[in-house]
Amino acid sequence: MIPGPFTYHRPTSVADAIKLLGELGDEARPLAGGHSLIPMMKLRLATPDHLVDLHGIGELRGMRRDGDTVVIGAMTTQYDLLASDTIAAALPILHETALLIADPQVRYCGTLGGNVANGDPGNDMPALMMTLGAVYRLRGPGGEREVAAADFYQGAYFTALEPGEILTAVAVPAQPAGHGYAYEKLKRKIGDYATAAAAVVLTMRGGTVATCSIGLTNLSETPLLAEEAAGAVIGTSLDDAALKKAAEAARAIMQPAGDGRGPVEYRKHVGGIMVERALRRAAAKAA
Amino acid sequence: MAPQAKKTQVSMKVNGVDVDGLVEPRTLLVHFIRENLQLTGTHIGCETTHCGACTVDIDGMSVKSCTMFAVQADGSEILTVEGMANADGTLSALQEGFRQMHGLQCGFCTPGMIVRAHRLLRENPTPTEEEIRFGISGNLCRCTGYQNIVRAIQYAAAKINGTEFKEAAE
Repeated sequence: MIPGPFTYHRPTSVADAIKLLGELGDEARPLAGGHSLIPMMKLRLATPDHLVDLHGIGELRGMRRDGDTVVIGAMTTQYDLLASDTIAAALPILHETALLIADPQVRYCGTLGGNVANGDPGNDMPALMMTLGAVYRLRGPGGEREVAAADFYQGAYFTALEPGEILTAVAVPAQPAGHGYAYEKLKRKIGDYATAAAAVVLTMRGGTVATCSIGLTNLSETPLLAEEAAGAVIGTSLDDAALKKAAEAARAIMQPAGDGRGPVEYRKHVGGIMVERALRRAAAKAA
Repeated sequence: MAPQAKKTQVSMKVNGVDVDGLVEPRTLLVHFIRENLQLTGTHIGCETTHCGACTVDIDGMSVKSCTMFAVQADGSEILTVEGMANADGTLSALQEGFRQMHGLQCGFCTPGMIVRAHRLLRENPTPTEEEIRFGISGNLCRCTGYQNIVRAIQYAAAKINGTEFKEAAE
């Protein structure tokens, strides 16, 4: 399994990378962690003539707290996220989710930017970013712009990224102290994509749910924000009836593919269960 | 047919030795290691980033070398299974553990297991059994059922830490 031939570029600044991608056009692909793109190249499902490796660009890696926002560089790896005190304090759900992505070796290489920008419905971070209200920072020949994660995904592997643009950073609102969170992922084995997964972030006040956001992974062509399901639990104590209602509302928007992970009905069924479990566990964690 | 891409000079340190070579950009690191450097201890298993047989240590990270181009490793420091023995040629604690605990049958996954376990113990010198199992979850073994591999790593951890290795109760 040898990839097709290509020319390798390793720019050292975002400006140079954008210039290169602009000059090389459709036949060039940016290379982040490479753990989605290189396997596709080995299968010759991707045959770019040029690879623009982003590893030489220091400004794309690292995390910083900027007021109420945590700004994470696109080339920050899952391993970096797991090692970060900033993430552990402000966004513990990222820590929990990163541990469920692929395996240790892949986490040393796989990046947050690659995970969210690729548009693969199986990736875990996109639904989580929608749940957290994250904003993607994109830069291209026309300058910089911001797109909310919730507006970014248009179809499987289709995103709001324009040709020649790269995702440079993800800005995630730091979650309030005492919030509850959970990412529940059903998978066949370590390293697998989700059969179904649900992200929940909520706050509780006086025993009832005050705010809630729910995201779904691999249950449609794009990650989904389950707004009705979240609305169904606000103001409740998350009793069985509310959980059931949320799961049903979430199932109503799921359109999973029937594949090796199971037929459509099964994946919707377990998708609802992931929502219930994530809600229950998030509530138990909330102060 | 697309014309052959221009070859690129790469240099890196492998098992403490400076090496260089001329590679096509599409040359995978595992092929560079096995064919250019003739270090065939690193195995090619699944070629799809699942099995971990091709794991090498690059600048302190365990990496599946079938999923990285040699050009990406330019300038890095790499450790393969050939670099695992002690400086005097005796077996390292991990190698000794795999031998003493019979941590292999066919041996195909062993180079990847040892290289991965090396980094795991550097990051966490006193792992629990669960942490060992999670830590090697990117490496597949189809013979042992992992029991003796876990014991081998526990043996090595005990030896490195100077503590007593206790066989888990059956």
